[in-house]
Amino acid sequence: MAEIAQIDPFIFRISIFVLAIFVGYYVVWSVTPALHTPLMSVTNAISSVIIVGALLAVAVNMKEVGGGGTVSVSKALGFVALILASVNIFGGFLVTQRMLGMYKKKQK
Amino acid sequence: MTQNIAAIAYLIAGVLFILALRGLSSPETSRRGNLAGMAGMVLAVLTTLYVADVRFSDGLTWGLIGAGIAIGGIMGVVIARRIPMTAMPQLVAAFHSLVGVAAVLVAAAALYTPEAYGIGTQEQIKLSSLIEMSLGVAIGAITFSGSVVAFAKLQGLVSGAPVAFRGQHPLNALLGLVTIGFIVWFCTSQAHTAFWSLTALTIALGVLIIIPIGGADMPVVISMLNSYSGWAAAGIGFTLENTALIITGALVGSSGAILSYIMCKGMNRSFFNVILGGFGGKSEVSGAQVEQRPVKQGNAEDAAFILKNAGSVIVVPGYGMAVAQAQHALREMADMLKKKGVKISYAVHPVAGRMPGHMNVLLAEANIPYDEVFELEEINNQFAQTDVAFVIGANDVTNPAAKNDPSSPIYGMQVLDVEKAHTVLFVKRSLAPGYAGIDNELFYRDNTMMLFGDGKKMVEGIVKLL
Repeated sequence: MAEIAQIDPFIFRISIFVLAIFVGYYVVWSVTPALHTPLMSVTNAISSVIIVGALLAVAVNMKEVGGGGTVSVSKALGFVALILASVNIFGGFLVTQRMLGMYKKKQK
Repeated sequence: MTQNIAAIAYLIAGVLFILALRGLSSPETSRRGNLAGMAGMVLAVLTTLYVADVRFSDGLTWGLIGAGIAIGGIMGVVIARRIPMTAMPQLVAAFHSLVGVAAVLVAAAALYTPEAYGIGTQEQIKLSSLIEMSLGVAIGAITFSGSVVAFAKLQGLVSGAPVAFRGQHPLNALLGLVTIGFIVWFCTSQAHTAFWSLTALTIALGVLIIIPIGGADMPVVISMLNSYSGWAAAGIGFTLENTALIITGALVGSSGAILSYIMCKGMNRSFFNVILGGFGGKSEVSGAQVEQRPVKQGNAEDAAFILKNAGSVIVVPGYGMAVAQAQHALREMADMLKKKGVKISYAVHPVAGRMPGHMNVLLAEANIPYDEVFELEEINNQFAQTDVAFVIGANDVTNPAAKNDPSSPIYGMQVLDVEKAHTVLFVKRSLAPGYAGIDNELFYRDNTMMLFGDGKKMVEGIVKLL
């Protein structure tokens, strides 16, 4: 019966993925059309959470993993990805903040 | 234990990202939402550093991390501060391309050092990880090159006109099949050559997908690339087995898909029709067909007189307003009219501008209160009770042909009923047709007065006379 107790972790991830698509669907439909541009810039910023992959590549320990040359390649690739993702994160969130700061109500 | 704490932290980061989007349901909550997003990002980064367990003595690694974030961060801050609001579509396209490249680079790093991500060892990577990785790379590369083309078109580096050639669609379909072949090749061989061939091919594919799409279809293109960048992130999230990345990818993917849908609906065209491209390239109206009908022409003085004596005015802005940078002058005009007791509101068509919500940002930048700005459905029935419709830089979205001429290419598209207003003031450079290449019969109506000239100069001229 051991097979029943052990569900492939991939199934959990795909469950999260599918549920998140539904959450995204309902949340995005409730976004007011006036804020569609900030929506795009903020989704841009959050999709740069791909920075976690870049950090893991940069942080890889050459001695522990071994492999020599290919590890340095990973570190270098990770470093470039880290810079690009940082541009996006800082740029994306700040430009969104700047835009949102412009939306003002009528002064009564 | 470390892994469990990290998994929960990533989940919390994912929830914070959901709250960031949720905040955008109204301008009041949006700023708080954005802060939630930033908090989520900080949490994700700190968690990753905790998991990566870098030794304090490892100066090289800490140096690289610090330098990478600092270089990228400074560039990001400078860009965010300096970018003019009219250039937002280009900026978003450029940012999408960065997400695409980052996805490709992270996948490559995972291929070269799978140990770092716990997905196997060199040449011994799990099959499931390989499949996820290749999907992430393919979508990431398409996002990258597609966004670069979109950026170049929006920035005016290349012509915005659609590029079409014979056999375009069969070629794309063929390349699509070859891509699948390369994915199989990579998953079975784990060869670096296969990985880079796949990357190169999908970069080419990204270019070919976007070049046939014309300038004014850019709202759809940007939304679509937004969606792609999300799916690429999700693909990498599966490879990295990272919940925050999977949740975010799904959110961004569905967000972009919904925006694409809204934009297509705004133009009354199917998604495939837009993707296949070629729309609005060359004007199909030949010179002979354009009849020389009389138009009523006015100047700033006439316009100022009409506006002063109106009780209510609806302003209809379009992309031309952004090009002419007329939004600030427009606000001044509105302020002066308001002082004279004229009621002012703004009507924004969903596809006005070059990206979703573009007009709203430009109006907000000019300090126009957002509760004076209305969407098409909210305001369309009010034109009939309005004295003046002031159209500036918009054209096709006001064309009555969409309602009464079944032969028109834009027939069926929802348009703003500006012709129902008592008087229509139409600021335009010339009588040239709009992007869709169709004549606008609105120009020739009795209640329309054409104000020929640059949008900004015309509005400034009116302001002086008020």
